[in-house]
Amino acid sequence: MSGRAKSGFAALLVRDLRLAARVGGGALTGVLFFLIVVTLIPFALGPDMVLLARIGPAILWLGALLASLLALDRLVASDAEDGSLDLIRMGSAPLELALAAKAAAHWLATGLPLVAVAPLLGLLLNLDGRAAGAVALTLLAGTPALTCIGLIGAALAVALRRGGLLTAVLVLPLTVPVLIFGVSAANAAIGGTVPFGAPFAILCALSLVAIVTGPVAAAAALRHGDD
Amino acid sequence: MILRASGLVCHRGGRLVLDGVSLDVAGGGAVAVTGRNGAGKSTLLRVIAGLIRPDAGAAVLEPSDPDRSVAEQAHYLGHRDPLKPALTVRENLDFWRAFLGREDGGSEAALERVGLGDLAGLPAGYLSAGQRRRLSLARLLAVRRPVWLLDEPASALDAAGQEMLRRVMTAHLEGGGLILAATHGPLGIPAGEFHLGAPAGGP
Repeated sequence: MSGRAKSGFAALLVRDLRLAARVGGGALTGVLFFLIVVTLIPFALGPDMVLLARIGPAILWLGALLASLLALDRLVASDAEDGSLDLIRMGSAPLELALAAKAAAHWLATGLPLVAVAPLLGLLLNLDGRAAGAVALTLLAGTPALTCIGLIGAALAVALRRGGLLTAVLVLPLTVPVLIFGVSAANAAIGGTVPFGAPFAILCALSLVAIVTGPVAAAAALRHGDD
Repeated sequence: MILRASGLVCHRGGRLVLDGVSLDVAGGGAVAVTGRNGAGKSTLLRVIAGLIRPDAGAAVLEPSDPDRSVAEQAHYLGHRDPLKPALTVRENLDFWRAFLGREDGGSEAALERVGLGDLAGLPAGYLSAGQRRRLSLARLLAVRRPVWLLDEPASALDAAGQEMLRRVMTAHLEGGGLILAATHGPLGIPAGEFHLGAPAGGP
């Protein structure tokens, strides 16, 4: 990687993190949404502590999945609308690298806070320390996949000039494997018949594949969209 | 240095917009692209900027630099101002300086030249349309690139702003740069004219 490409990556990463931290940046929106989903479910299910503890990891994963989709819509669209994307494409950094920087900033600003609050929210669901830790660990391994799969959807929505729900509709089906292996790894850590290593390894593999293919696919979508 | 576009053919939405357009712009010179709305002025600039792939033809900068494409040596000033409302004027400019590389002069000097020196700490969301345009122009000054592709550069600028634009463009040409501008009004600097006619098959 050339020096110019590297400085472009860093500049974009810092800018997106700064934007997320500013008022209206939406860094906290995901966490608040996560909190709301997780607090609402015990109200709906009733005061069954055993049931809550059993489905707790699944609820946390579902909440985190939905919360991480929340800000995806703006991930590429905001840069496309104000013309920044044109200049990003003209920079020395390849578009793939620029999109990887955006995905990394998005994960740091929205994915990592979800991982951080998951153990706290676990308390609301009657999870013990071990289970809460397991959920946080699986979220740490799985949320990069959600962000990078989401990046493809966000880029496609821009390329097709459709916004809003399209991203969620495109992305949600693709996140199903992440959800399945994330929850099964968390459950395996708490106790169960499946060893923890197998689903967790697959979860990590899903994340690695998404990190590699996400920016490339998103860049291809954007290039194709402008032709 | 010479920017040479040869035989550019481009379809947009199934319609032929550029039909074998060829033009040269030499270093130190400016060319104003004119033509009615929809004649393909913006498309021509975007093709040269590498944002749209032409169906045929190519734009090259001679002498060619194997390490850098035309896009990497060009500034593109489009209709929209690529600014983030939540960032201050200086932060917006500093980002583009860092992203586009080639730090050249400070942000402060560029902001002074476009008349935004006093507003450097203001969030860009509070800028008027003309001030946003000035901030976009500051980007061209803060990062040195020889080719300027300007799409209606004077839009939203007041009389003083247009005078500033003239000074900035003149200085760029004197420094050996070249300008290709799509415009309806006079550019204000000595420039060749390239008229884009109605493409074949158009209305």
